[in-house]
Amino acid sequence: MNINLTLFGQTIAFAIFIWFTMKFVWPPVTRAMQERQKKIAEGLDAAGRAQRDLSLAQEKATQTLRETKEQAAQILEQANKSANLIIEEAKEQARSEGERLIAAAKAEIEQEMNRAKDQLRAQVAALAVKGAEQILESEVDSAAHSELVNKLASQL
Amino acid sequence: MATTSAEYIQHHLQNLTFGKLPAGYQRADGSIVEEATWTLARTSSEAADMGFMAVHVDTLGWSIFMGLIFLGLFRFVAKRATVDTPSGLQNFVEIVVEFVQGIVKDTFHGRNPLIAPLALTIFVWIFLMNSLKWIPVDYIPGIGMALGLDYFKIVPTTDPNATFGMSIAVFALIIYYSIKIKGVGGFTRELTLTPFNHWALIPFNLFLEVLGLLTKPLSLALRLFGNMYAGEVVFILIALLPFYVQWVLNVPWAIFHILVIPLQAFIFMVLTVVYLSAAHEDNH
Repeated sequence: MNINLTLFGQTIAFAIFIWFTMKFVWPPVTRAMQERQKKIAEGLDAAGRAQRDLSLAQEKATQTLRETKEQAAQILEQANKSANLIIEEAKEQARSEGERLIAAAKAEIEQEMNRAKDQLRAQVAALAVKGAEQILESEVDSAAHSELVNKLASQL
Repeated sequence: MATTSAEYIQHHLQNLTFGKLPAGYQRADGSIVEEATWTLARTSSEAADMGFMAVHVDTLGWSIFMGLIFLGLFRFVAKRATVDTPSGLQNFVEIVVEFVQGIVKDTFHGRNPLIAPLALTIFVWIFLMNSLKWIPVDYIPGIGMALGLDYFKIVPTTDPNATFGMSIAVFALIIYYSIKIKGVGGFTRELTLTPFNHWALIPFNLFLEVLGLLTKPLSLALRLFGNMYAGEVVFILIALLPFYVQWVLNVPWAIFHILVIPLQAFIFMVLTVVYLSAAHEDNH
């Protein structure tokens, strides 16, 4: 409990310890801590930026997707439309072709019929003359009666 | 070994003193010192008679040893301090450093690169010195006895020399920065013209301010010393009980010191920072 030189010894030791701490302990430790703090702050910053970029990219992607979908729908619609048109046209063509064919057939039939009629008429005339000949048993002057027969034939 | 309880207590509270005995001094064993010699005190009265020209070898030795542990550990980490993920030891050191940094940042408003390292030194060093109290009171003196040393008191902060030694350094810093920041004139004005700014009250002001100034190192040193010394005395008293009941009191008291030891180190640090902060403020 006596106060003695220990007092100064302690003061000197204390002063040296403070000096050493100030010179060799405090600066490196705090520097490392500060640098780490900075690094972490930068890292967080970068993470935030990346997140922002990501959300931006996502937004862009969805937008592109939407646009693409719209475009696809448009293309599909157009394709449908043109397909319909083509079908319509084909139908139209088929119909007109058919009509044309029918008309041609009808005309041919008509022709054929007329020809048959003419033939028939001629045959009928000849048949009639022959019949009359036989009925009369006499020679009929075909020249004299042909007018009459023709008139008859045309009435058929 | 001491025989009575009083002797036992006295023995445990006596530092190992190396000092100068005057010529013609009669030592405890009856021999007379021929001429002034430096020697180890064999009894308390010899230590007292050595007066100021003596050194407490145990106090100085253990405090310097603790200081070297502190510096060694922290320097070891500081040299290897990495910016990347710190290892366990570096983590620990950084926690301590950050803690001290936070206290200093909150309390000290000037700019001084000395304050934070000073606070760190005080906190860790005093903590280490105080923590020697956890070593049972008989162990180290027993070893000392076996080595032929009559006294051995290992907790440096139970020696007023140690606590006053530190508070004197703090006091010197207070005076130094008061004068450096405020100038001789400013500091003198502060001492003489506050709190009452009137020439007639200068002596009264001076008395108040000087008292306030001197109270700072005194309270620092006495608070730490008082707490540690009282705790040590209680440990010694407990050690007087029969060995099989000692733990009943010893264990709670030691557990209580988990609180006391860091707290006293913390208070010494915070008050030092507060006093130095006041020394830096020129607002009178």
